[in-house]
Amino acid sequence: MKTDINTIRNLAHLARLEFNETKEQEMLSDLNKILNWMEQLNELNTDNVEPLIHMSEEVNVMREDFAKNTVTHEEALRNAPKKDSDYFRVPKVME
Amino acid sequence: MESAIRDKYQAVIGLEVHAQLLTESKAYSSDSTEYGTLPNTNLSVITLGHPGTLPRINKKVVEMAVKMGLATNCQITENNVYARKNYFYPDLPKGYQITQDKTPICTKGYIEVKNNEGEEKRIGITRIHMEEDAGKSMHLAGETETLVDFNRAGVPLIEIVSEPDIRDSDEAYAYLTQIKKLVQYLDICDGNMEEGSLRCDANISVMLKGATKFGTKVEVKNMNSFRNVQRAIEHEIERQIEILENGGEIDSQTRNFDANTGSTTAMRSKETLNDYRYFPEPDLPPLVVSEAWIARIKEDMPHLPQYLHQKFTEEFELPEYDAQVLTDSKEIALFFEEICEHTNKYKAASNWMMGPIKSYLNELTLHIDDFPLTPNQIAGLIEMVEKGKVNYNAASKQIFPHLLEYPGKSPLEAADDLHLLQSTDENALQEIITAVVASNPAKVAEYKAGKQSLLGMFMGDVMKKTQGKADPKIANELLRKTLENA
Repeated sequence: MKTDINTIRNLAHLARLEFNETKEQEMLSDLNKILNWMEQLNELNTDNVEPLIHMSEEVNVMREDFAKNTVTHEEALRNAPKKDSDYFRVPKVME
Repeated sequence: MESAIRDKYQAVIGLEVHAQLLTESKAYSSDSTEYGTLPNTNLSVITLGHPGTLPRINKKVVEMAVKMGLATNCQITENNVYARKNYFYPDLPKGYQITQDKTPICTKGYIEVKNNEGEEKRIGITRIHMEEDAGKSMHLAGETETLVDFNRAGVPLIEIVSEPDIRDSDEAYAYLTQIKKLVQYLDICDGNMEEGSLRCDANISVMLKGATKFGTKVEVKNMNSFRNVQRAIEHEIERQIEILENGGEIDSQTRNFDANTGSTTAMRSKETLNDYRYFPEPDLPPLVVSEAWIARIKEDMPHLPQYLHQKFTEEFELPEYDAQVLTDSKEIALFFEEICEHTNKYKAASNWMMGPIKSYLNELTLHIDDFPLTPNQIAGLIEMVEKGKVNYNAASKQIFPHLLEYPGKSPLEAADDLHLLQSTDENALQEIITAVVASNPAKVAEYKAGKQSLLGMFMGDVMKKTQGKADPKIANELLRKTLENA
């Protein structure tokens, strides 16, 4: 499977990453290497195989509905790059 | 718009409703869902998306979603897998929303609404799935940064997606009303659109009448009341017809409704559709909803409005209108149902509910939960009237207010304290009537000569002598007989 430069640009946008032209080409070549390697899996016929979604066979791991705040307001804000006494502050976003 | 043009087109509408679930804790972590606390206090490292933290499914969320599915005639999905919906926005610290994609917990349901012709119409429910809410970002004027509060991040939601079965704004309104009623009966969401606990997006397209292929649809967001959903649909239908009439094409867009102008404006084009890159959520194991679990959930479900409506019209033989009003809210319906456990005078109970009780609640803007009297007391009042111990006027205008003041009393005690118990002792009443008639020979003669209107005067005297306690029906009858034989 070969992917092209537009896919790289689209992925970069979705991941909010920016590459210069040289880096873009490197990324394209790396991604193609990965995809080619993964392509080996297609050699197997999986037509009648259910997709394996989880490695564990566990199901229904649930909690009861009890409320407990596990971090304090101060702890929550401690690692924020920008904050005031009430809020996390982020660069202005408007849709 | 001229109705001749408008009538050429048929609108096709589907609604997506998000309902915030009334759990104590969040969908995948234990932090509180309490509304109105200080910003950034209901938190956990899971909500904040710290590395190395793992979510866990809140069992109550599953049960609430299943309840809604059962109430809307859905099939419940046995094997559920959660999904990650990736998007990059600061109100979502993890960078993805945990939702359901390929295996929504409920599918293929329907609800019935009354359309404009008063006919039952079935509106399909495509799916109901579980997901989580995002935080709240505030873009304050003059502020160079956006402020984010994560209290709401992770609060559980269900999204209810309808089939494109809705044909006009009235049907949309009826559909939403029914959804709201159901979530409130089930006690899974408070159903308040103005406060955002119930949210609605509308997919709207128009096509020429008789066409089989739907037009290009436009999604309209940001309507914060039932009325605004109607207005947005009306506006959008006309906007699209106008474009088509002028030879244009409809852009596949997401549009924003502005409540001030009643119009919609383009938010983003679907061409640059968000690529959410859904994939199975690796942090949550699959969820299996067994038949046995569904049966337990069913047992825990209250009676639904359609059941009560049927019971009230068929078993209690109430008029359609009464049943409609009484099932409007769950609490009213249940209070009424309980009155009817103590008396079989169903129509009288309905009249009490819709008359004196509703007026009292409306006047003080009280909820039925705050009503000081018990269903048993109301049934007592009804029985007293039925047995002729007091008349309805005395019961509703005097005993009822007295009871509201002294809710500890029984209706009989209240009537006795107010000296309102009608004397049903006909002998005593007859003596009084005989005396009244005997003391007025001249008027009796006039009456017998044909002046029937004098009956009222005699009646007045009798009521005066009995201090208003006589049953007017019985007194009237006895008085006529006495006058005729005089």
